[in-house]
Amino acid sequence: MGERKVIDACGTFCPGPLMELIAGMKLIEVGDELELLSSDKGSASDVPEWINKVGHEMVSTTEDNGVWHIVVRKVK
Amino acid sequence: MKILIVGGGMGGTILANNLARRLKGELKSGKAKITMLSASERHMYQPGLLYVALGRMAVDELYRDQASLLEPEIEFHVDPVEEFNLNDNKVKTKSGKTIDYDMIVIATGSRAVPESIPGLAENSINVYTEEAALNFYKTISNFEGGKIVIAVGVPHKCPMIPPELSFTLYDFFQDRGMGDKVSIHYTYPIGRLHSLEPVSNWMKGEFEQRGITSETLFNIKEVDGANKVVHSEEGSQAEYDLLVSVPAHKGMEVVESNKLGAGGWIPVNRNRLNIDGHDNAFAIGDTTNIPISKAGSTAHFEAEALAENIANIVKIGQPTRDYDGKVFCFIEAGKDKATYAMFNYNNPPEPKEATKSIHWFKMAYNQLYWSSARGLL
Repeated sequence: MGERKVIDACGTFCPGPLMELIAGMKLIEVGDELELLSSDKGSASDVPEWINKVGHEMVSTTEDNGVWHIVVRKVK
Repeated sequence: MKILIVGGGMGGTILANNLARRLKGELKSGKAKITMLSASERHMYQPGLLYVALGRMAVDELYRDQASLLEPEIEFHVDPVEEFNLNDNKVKTKSGKTIDYDMIVIATGSRAVPESIPGLAENSINVYTEEAALNFYKTISNFEGGKIVIAVGVPHKCPMIPPELSFTLYDFFQDRGMGDKVSIHYTYPIGRLHSLEPVSNWMKGEFEQRGITSETLFNIKEVDGANKVVHSEEGSQAEYDLLVSVPAHKGMEVVESNKLGAGGWIPVNRNRLNIDGHDNAFAIGDTTNIPISKAGSTAHFEAEALAENIANIVKIGQPTRDYDGKVFCFIEAGKDKATYAMFNYNNPPEPKEATKSIHWFKMAYNQLYWSSARGLL
């Protein structure tokens, strides 16, 4: 199993959670996971949309007290 | 108390001058000392590069001697740091000197890396260095017409550059009577036209008025220069006659080589700006991994907050202020109109209608910047 890194993008507007995730994916190895913390509920839909379009893997999406924990895996 | 500032860009310079004013007495008595180490004897006003690229500012206007911008009590050396030893409070410089400190601030900035995408550096123009901006102007001046594609890498410095390039290029060719010969196609990495949703919504209407087309969820994968096609990670492609890029950025190599942060971005506390695991080491500006805009105003407001905190650590033994995530960005909406976006960690921006007065305020700020760098504004 690969490593998991966390990006805390809560309370940030620019560049925003999805842009942080895209940047973070460049810095991890294939097989590693990223956990994105976002207070923007839009992340729960726009992150899976991008992940599926590019061909990475969604691992899980959970919400806890207004913070979405979105875990993705880099597959290529 | 020995305070070492590494980097003489916007953040480092504003911090040094603000701190020198706050510690006037301590510097005079010898209780405090401020040293700045930079890679260059010159200071560049980086936002001016856009205007150089459009033929509206001379290269000379971008620079001042760094020493001339600093308070006289600040010791300044052109001797960049090559090794950081944050556990022993020491750095080693290019000239071979070892310098110890009580507090250190790293403000080394970021750099565009068009070479990180196959084909991008040799087949596109950008505005991120003096050489690139001059080449940009020569290229658009000789462009005879066709489809301009704007492609945006992640992460990038100055989040307003993508819309600004769109609007200013549109006006550039309109003014030359080439409006019917040039089309502009804008691409963007996420599912809307800009990171900031209110800015994205504003851009949509502006694009419709000008006939600027767009494609979102477009991350540059590679550029096929022979066939003039840019391919995206998402599987789409855009044909171009002129490719304008906003290249992805990385932090400086010295940050990576010293293993201070992946990608050259140093992990810091988003409010106190101290480097993770260190109470006496800080980073500001593009150098940090804080998930906010890599912009001059971010460096400016972080520098002000950190200067107050470092001064209070010297005076009363503890910091007193949190950086609240404040960012202020002008947005040029063409050759003679502009708006702005101001926001922080808790409050999103509410961009207003673009006006001539905001544009002229931006023009004035291009000159006022030198007072800002001196810590006077």
